[in-house]
Amino acid sequence: MRQTLDYLRETASQTAGPYVHIGLAPGAAGFDIYREELGRDIAGPNARGQRIRVEGLVIDGMGSPVKDVLIEVWQANADGIYPTPDGGAVEDGFRGWGRVITDFETGEWSFETVKPGAVAGRHPTVSSVARRVRDTHPDWMGRTDEAAARMAPHLNFWLVARGINIGLNTRMYFPDEAEANAADPVLNLIEWEKRRATLIATRGEDKAGLPVYRFEIRLQGDDETVFFDI
Amino acid sequence: MTPAEFYQRDRRLQPPALTPDYKTSVARSPRLSLISLENTASEITGPTFGHGDIDPIDNDLIKNHARTGDPIGERIIVHGRVLDENARPVPNTLVEIWQANAGGRYRHKKDSYLAPIDPNFGGCGRTLTDGTGYYFFRTVKPGAYPWRNWINNWRPAHIHVSVFGTAFCQRLITQLYFEGDPLIAQCPIVHTIPDPDAIQQLIARLDMNASVPLDCLAYKFDIVLRGRRSTLFENRLEGN
Repeated sequence: MRQTLDYLRETASQTAGPYVHIGLAPGAAGFDIYREELGRDIAGPNARGQRIRVEGLVIDGMGSPVKDVLIEVWQANADGIYPTPDGGAVEDGFRGWGRVITDFETGEWSFETVKPGAVAGRHPTVSSVARRVRDTHPDWMGRTDEAAARMAPHLNFWLVARGINIGLNTRMYFPDEAEANAADPVLNLIEWEKRRATLIATRGEDKAGLPVYRFEIRLQGDDETVFFDI
Repeated sequence: MTPAEFYQRDRRLQPPALTPDYKTSVARSPRLSLISLENTASEITGPTFGHGDIDPIDNDLIKNHARTGDPIGERIIVHGRVLDENARPVPNTLVEIWQANAGGRYRHKKDSYLAPIDPNFGGCGRTLTDGTGYYFFRTVKPGAYPWRNWINNWRPAHIHVSVFGTAFCQRLITQLYFEGDPLIAQCPIVHTIPDPDAIQQLIARLDMNASVPLDCLAYKFDIVLRGRRSTLFENRLEGN
């Protein structure tokens, strides 16, 4: 008998197309059908932490804004905790997920949320040897290995649009977290230091003093944004 | 329990970013390699949805935008299961669809095709899979329509499908095609997918057993999301 593997194969992706809004944001397509569209409120009313606005553009290889892109955002709360199916250890009403659509005339997009906290990294559980060293010589270790393994605060982005065959995954990091960014295990995976900068937003403030982070995503060109195969 | 990681995505069956026969991809495709990122908490978690988020009528496209009567077109049921690569059902996950009407026209301010809007058809629906991963929609079969790519390209009849799964790295948007449609073989968007079997997996099969006599036909469409590793060895967390 020939041995076989019984795995199924993932369904192939196809472009979301120009009319993605009909399905995922019908109000933007020009009609009202659902009681409530999903993804409009990322953090909810009870979220702790710093309220922020994030804005930007997605720019194509010709330097033009991608006016029909749809972005989904996934983030941890201010404590660095992601919601789980049972709600998890996040504030009531914190979804951590949002859908962001553009102004069809300009391609500009923006959303409001709270700034996420640092998130446990890939190896939050250190080796037993390292833990023993830390527990017996805390000063010698300098900092805890949990801290070393933490990922800097970031927002996870997923981009779909006409002309994008499979959703593009990237991350936005914060410019006011230079130390955490320098230690971030994901940014440090990127061999070319210059490319790491493509994931770091710039910071401003609106008239009311709300921090506004601007993040321009370049699909191609000299400053092509880093995209991840996750 | 710590959520486990996912099998790597098989990029050999997925469409590459740059597919020149689909012209819009040329300026919208990253040219540099994706950076491979082993799963972290940011990828193995994801949003979840409940019955409080949607309404029961949301999966009935024949009724959810009906104004003066039912929409024009061939009445169909689209149904199937959301599974993972381990063939396990994905329960309680959000499935959203959108489509053109029976004449091939979308209810979208950017669609200017000369076929008319159907006053009774919105063209979108959403539902949650049940405990066995099963979902269904009732709708009308969408029409083919022309699009600007080559001079005379026509999209095969299709329904756009969006699925979440349990993790942000499972997020998927695809298109459902209909068995027997001769336009499938000619479509540059279909053929962004390099693997013929993966294309076949996007073609819903006519399912007479699920049709309703004297009412509507049915098409079956199973959706497979990335699979999760099953075992978490305490002594080698880094491997899981």
